[in-house]
Amino acid sequence: MDVTFSKRGTTLIAKIRGELDHHTAEYIRRKIDSEIMKSFTKNVIFDFSDISFMDSSGIGVIMGRYKNIRQLHGRVSLVNIKPQLRRIVDMSGILKYVSIHDNVNDAINTM
Amino acid sequence: MQVINEIKLEFLSKSNNESFARVVAAAFVSQLDPTLEELADVKTAVSEAVTNAIIHGYENRAGYVKMLCRLFLDAVEITVEDEGKGIDDIELARQPLYTSKPDMERSGMGFTIMENFMDSISVESAVDKGTKITMYKKFKSLVHGDRA
Repeated sequence: MDVTFSKRGTTLIAKIRGELDHHTAEYIRRKIDSEIMKSFTKNVIFDFSDISFMDSSGIGVIMGRYKNIRQLHGRVSLVNIKPQLRRIVDMSGILKYVSIHDNVNDAINTM
Repeated sequence: MQVINEIKLEFLSKSNNESFARVVAAAFVSQLDPTLEELADVKTAVSEAVTNAIIHGYENRAGYVKMLCRLFLDAVEITVEDEGKGIDDIELARQPLYTSKPDMERSGMGFTIMENFMDSISVESAVDKGTKITMYKKFKSLVHGDRA
């Protein structure tokens, strides 16, 4: 499990590889937060193309980043979401706060 | 309903056992050859139940989590049990988005996911004694399909 980052302007793209559960959530949260602090970040895109498992701990990680980012009027988007993850995301009601896009480019175009 | 196979697993309340437990449950259930989606449902529900036992039951103290998996011809029953602090108000704990630990960035979705991904769940709990979650899922692909 790991997170890799890329930046497009003030938008941080966090690509999570592997499993996002309670055990890995703390590590992923710390890595993303320290990356946000490194250079000015307004928006965050979570790229889920390489995620193999996620449970409700992942919802906690997304919502936690949203709460920080919204203070700078930034946005959070989720991209490349597989159907099983999509069901969890739909169930959680977080789509009131974050948006879903097919890929990184689509997400950036709407920010 | 006849039980065709059964396993019991007991493991320490360490967070790295969350993935161990869900992989064991999925591997055991795969004997029935359900769809990948059904397997993912079981994996996710087990992950939620075990995480609850570790975070809320034992509050990160050491203790044992017990998992019992029973296979039927076209269904599974999974019990996840801890001897932790128990749940004071089960109805409140099962409310979507309710969490007793908002500071930990918990989403409060654990029970909701278990309820949605399994056919039924029941919760028994006693304060300072522990909690037992029993989940049941029938694999519709095995009931309606012509595979057996």
